[in-house]
Amino acid sequence: MAEEITISINTKEYKVASDQTIMQAADKLGFHIPRLCYHPKLSIEGACRVCIVQVEGMQNYVASCSYPISDGMKIHTNTQDLRRARRDIIELILDNHPLDCHTCERDANCELQRLAASMGIHARHFEGEKKHYEKDLSSDAVIRDPDKCILCGRCVRMCSEIQQVHNLTQAYRGFSTVVMPAYNMPMGESVCTACGQCINVCPTAAFLEKNYTQDLFEKLNDPDTVKVVQFAPSVRAAIGEAFGLAPGRNMEGELVASFRKLGFDYVFDTQFAADLTIMEEASEFLERFQNNGKLPMITSCSSAWMKCMEQFYPDLIDNISTCKSPMSMQGAITKSYFAKKIGVDPKKILSVAVMCCTAKKYEASRPELIVDGMRGVDIVVTTREIAWMIKSAGIDFLNIEHEEADHPLGMSSGAGAIFGATGGVMEAAIRTAYELYTGQTLVDIEIEDIRGLQGVKEGRLEIDGQEIRVAVAHGLGNANNLLETVRKDPTRYHFIEIMGCPGGCVGGGGQPYAQVNAIPLDDVALKKRAEALYDLDRSKTIRRSHENPDIQKLYKEFLQRPLSAVSHKYLHTHYKAKMPVGIVPKTERGSGV
Amino acid sequence: MTQIVNEDKKNELYAFMDEVSQERRSNSYLIAVLHKVQQLYGYLPQEVMDQVAEKMEIPTSHIWGVATFYHYFNLKPIGKNIVSVCMGTACYVKGADKMLLTLKKELGIEIGETTEDKLFTLQEARCLGACGIAPVMMINGKIYGELDSKKTVDIINQYRKAAQTDIE
Ligand code: SF4
Ligand code: SF4
Ligand code: FES
Repeated sequence: MAEEITISINTKEYKVASDQTIMQAADKLGFHIPRLCYHPKLSIEGACRVCIVQVEGMQNYVASCSYPISDGMKIHTNTQDLRRARRDIIELILDNHPLDCHTCERDANCELQRLAASMGIHARHFEGEKKHYEKDLSSDAVIRDPDKCILCGRCVRMCSEIQQVHNLTQAYRGFSTVVMPAYNMPMGESVCTACGQCINVCPTAAFLEKNYTQDLFEKLNDPDTVKVVQFAPSVRAAIGEAFGLAPGRNMEGELVASFRKLGFDYVFDTQFAADLTIMEEASEFLERFQNNGKLPMITSCSSAWMKCMEQFYPDLIDNISTCKSPMSMQGAITKSYFAKKIGVDPKKILSVAVMCCTAKKYEASRPELIVDGMRGVDIVVTTREIAWMIKSAGIDFLNIEHEEADHPLGMSSGAGAIFGATGGVMEAAIRTAYELYTGQTLVDIEIEDIRGLQGVKEGRLEIDGQEIRVAVAHGLGNANNLLETVRKDPTRYHFIEIMGCPGGCVGGGGQPYAQVNAIPLDDVALKKRAEALYDLDRSKTIRRSHENPDIQKLYKEFLQRPLSAVSHKYLHTHYKAKMPVGIVPKTERGSGV
Repeated sequence: MTQIVNEDKKNELYAFMDEVSQERRSNSYLIAVLHKVQQLYGYLPQEVMDQVAEKMEIPTSHIWGVATFYHYFNLKPIGKNIVSVCMGTACYVKGADKMLLTLKKELGIEIGETTEDKLFTLQEARCLGACGIAPVMMINGKIYGELDSKKTVDIINQYRKAAQTDIE
């Protein structure tokens, strides 16, 4: 237990718990000390020194993000000298920054810009030598622009500590320091999983998604195509934040209406395909379970996880469900079943997916997913990109009249909605697997054990007297811990859900940037987004995937039954080991569950 | 390439890694291993860094971070003759930067690079301890002092000529 001590901030005394840094104590007392390299989920780097404060009796300023408080400490956060020192620090960073804010994609969403404004820097008196590097445009998902980088190191720590992908490093030194993958390899050829979490934590525009908005605007004006859009559960749970709303508002009605205003002919819902995924995945699981198939079966919906698995865990390929992700199932069904239904050549369909995820851009380009010579999804845009498009098109998003998605690929059960939160796929699968196996309806469908933000969650349930042990991990680092356990103890679980991003899709790499003074990937915001999806589930009369009447119809009219030959052709895929091989450091191996 | 797949070198490197991996602090022994690689191969070939990564279970990005941080690691194959230009204060005051420019122009390479004929690698050095005869450069350990542009080019030409006679 931490004892209570007395500190003073700006001459006023406070009683606080002793086990904190100056910044933590100040935060709780309502003093927001400026900061840059600090992120509460990452290790302390202490590199930027923007967070300096003055402590009486100490000769030098101290970095408040790393300096612990002590009894009687007298802290000043806002003296004139301090303000000047901080200002100098930010000016030094600006000296080596392009300062092309008005043409930068993060204009108005940039922490550096906000810091400069809050320091009162309104003119540049001196400009030094500026670094210049080529942009790395090699990846379908994540763009790297070292000129914008201010070397806070947040991306490097995100990629190695939370994701444990270890793709990035600060290479070279001093003025020549650059954040890059090993050997200065292009992002598209590196071990990067395209998760986009480096984008989420970068304070500037040094990492961005590959932007397809102009391309999409252009294609929306093509009169000869049928324009179809689908959108992921988590997009509706987060996009409000890009319009200034607090996290946790479900904006489904606004989104559907905006899609029609943007020029889409059909608005479908990825949640429909989430129900479809559950039909296939639950059946696949039961088939493996009953026929001594390879277990544990591991889910395959998360595109970052897909790439991660092929590079880091090729030994587990047979454990991965062959189900495509909901996005890719929806794309495949759009260009087959739906095209036939409306009597249109599928080549004339523009299939667009609006995703909370940058890795979905990578996924859409996977050759393994091509059916009948066509990609299922032609363009993927993120929540951030669609928010910009809606604004750019002058649509009054917040006041627009709500609309509903179209049939036959727009209706979903509550189970489809919770896909966006970690544990949701497992929960949805259990709701259906239980009934498929026992012929009885599962009554207690809210499975609390596998909800929430704990890194690795475990649950067990009984189906017809047989115990099924499940586990859920979100964020690739947590997944790594879980899979090390599986490698050592392959019979410990039957069924595993893995999502590549912290919190699941709600924390995806394509979600809106953190609002002013908010923290990227803040747990409270993640929980609220998830809550919006659980609320949506509760609000529906149909909460089990197999009860979705449009799903039943799709099987009757087209797919016949789960795992049929038709299903296999359109809804299933395969994986293969990929280079470069991913390496998890020995020290992080088997940190255990 | 034949050099890289050389089994003897590989065996020696792996034996060395086995030895040091008994110790605990992985980062400090990574530097030792990279020194070993450079001693065996003359520089740090990417394929060999990959082998180190796999064997020692260290992500390649970490290895790359360390390899690029320290000036003494060569990331590209080095030439027959290593030309180090002293950038210490005394030499700098006496025009070492001009000497460096001359060399870059004459050799057509930047610092850390090697000429296409693999004859010269250009490096920067901290004080070489010959301030009395600044500005200086060192070629394969031999110091040349009181340089000016002409003298510098002449010296380079001597090495070119020597290489020529070697071939003949
Ligand atoms: S996208 Fe993800 S895996 Fe790739 S560099 Fe960024 S954080 Fe690392
Ligand atoms: S790329 Fe962004 S997050 Fe990474 S070090 Fe540079 S500024 Fe920081
Ligand atoms: S935020 Fe404290 S040193 Fe960067």
